[in-house]
Amino acid sequence: MSLIGTTMVRLAEGEEHGFTPPSPADFDLPAIGPGSTFEMFGQTFVLGVTKPMLQIVLAAVLVFAFFYAASKQRAMVPSRLQYVGEAGYGFVRNSLGRDIIGSHDFMRFVPYLFALFFFILVNNLFATIPFIQFPTMSRSGMVYGLAALSWIIYNAVGIKKHGFVGYLKLQSVPGGMKGPILALLVPLEFLSNILVRPFTLALRLFANMFAGHLLLILFALGGEYLLVHGSLLVKPVGLLAWLLFVAIAILEVLIQFLQAYVFVLLNAMYISGALADEH
Amino acid sequence: MDGTINGSLNMIGYGLAAIGPGVGIGLIFAAYINGVARQPEAQSRLQTIAILGFALAEALAIIGIALAFVLS
Repeated sequence: MSLIGTTMVRLAEGEEHGFTPPSPADFDLPAIGPGSTFEMFGQTFVLGVTKPMLQIVLAAVLVFAFFYAASKQRAMVPSRLQYVGEAGYGFVRNSLGRDIIGSHDFMRFVPYLFALFFFILVNNLFATIPFIQFPTMSRSGMVYGLAALSWIIYNAVGIKKHGFVGYLKLQSVPGGMKGPILALLVPLEFLSNILVRPFTLALRLFANMFAGHLLLILFALGGEYLLVHGSLLVKPVGLLAWLLFVAIAILEVLIQFLQAYVFVLLNAMYISGALADEH
Repeated sequence: MDGTINGSLNMIGYGLAAIGPGVGIGLIFAAYINGVARQPEAQSRLQTIAILGFALAEALAIIGIALAFVLS
């Protein structure tokens, strides 16, 4: 449930059971309207529309609407909205596209990187916006999709440029090494460059958003428990917990920007690595 | 008095797992500060690399805390 819903339930139960710390189950939001649950692979899935599903669609619509409105006029002397849109686009195109992939073939990938950056950024910022207050990327399924897409893209780009065997050689044999050390190096490089990359990419974004939101829930609920059920000397600690909640929420905004930036930066670096010429 | 210690092994595991990334991030930013101190013009170029290194090192600590909660 959202922060407000969870607080209400725990306020009611707190007296008898002591403090129940937040758990990953707090991230399983119920369906909006009618919905049922079903079991698969030992997990409970919701058959219906949940809040994160609506959020991810809302993020896509917002990003599109903002940049459509910003680029509609195409005036030579930009208005303020167009200036902001151009600044955002220029940031991704220059510092993430051109500087990482190289000025020769970066333009092909700029639409993908640009859309990805602002999509992930808006989804992350949903954790701070009131009444939404849930980072959509804390649901791991949302992130695995993005990671799978980026894995397909950087591998396809590399295979198209170097051919299948040439691409595998590029990724698995670093720096044109020869000799018996290859027996140790090739499986390791193959594992790390081709098999592990999508998982670390996904896990980094997911775990950052998950841990940040869990921390905020902990401070909010812990502060409330201390304030309501603590003795008189303990109550100020509850208030301190709430002040720290605000401080950590501000830190989380920084982390949201950073994680969106790093996801796209790593995507650009993987694409650039796949396109790199032989040493 | 019972004499048993209750708690979660997951959290001890996370505490141990956070040592490595802590040292790593310290080293990364020490290198960044040194680089900028020697050549202040290089700050923006070094900043990209520092942020990248920070995110890669932090990922392990974050994976640690996420799995400490998720795996039971």
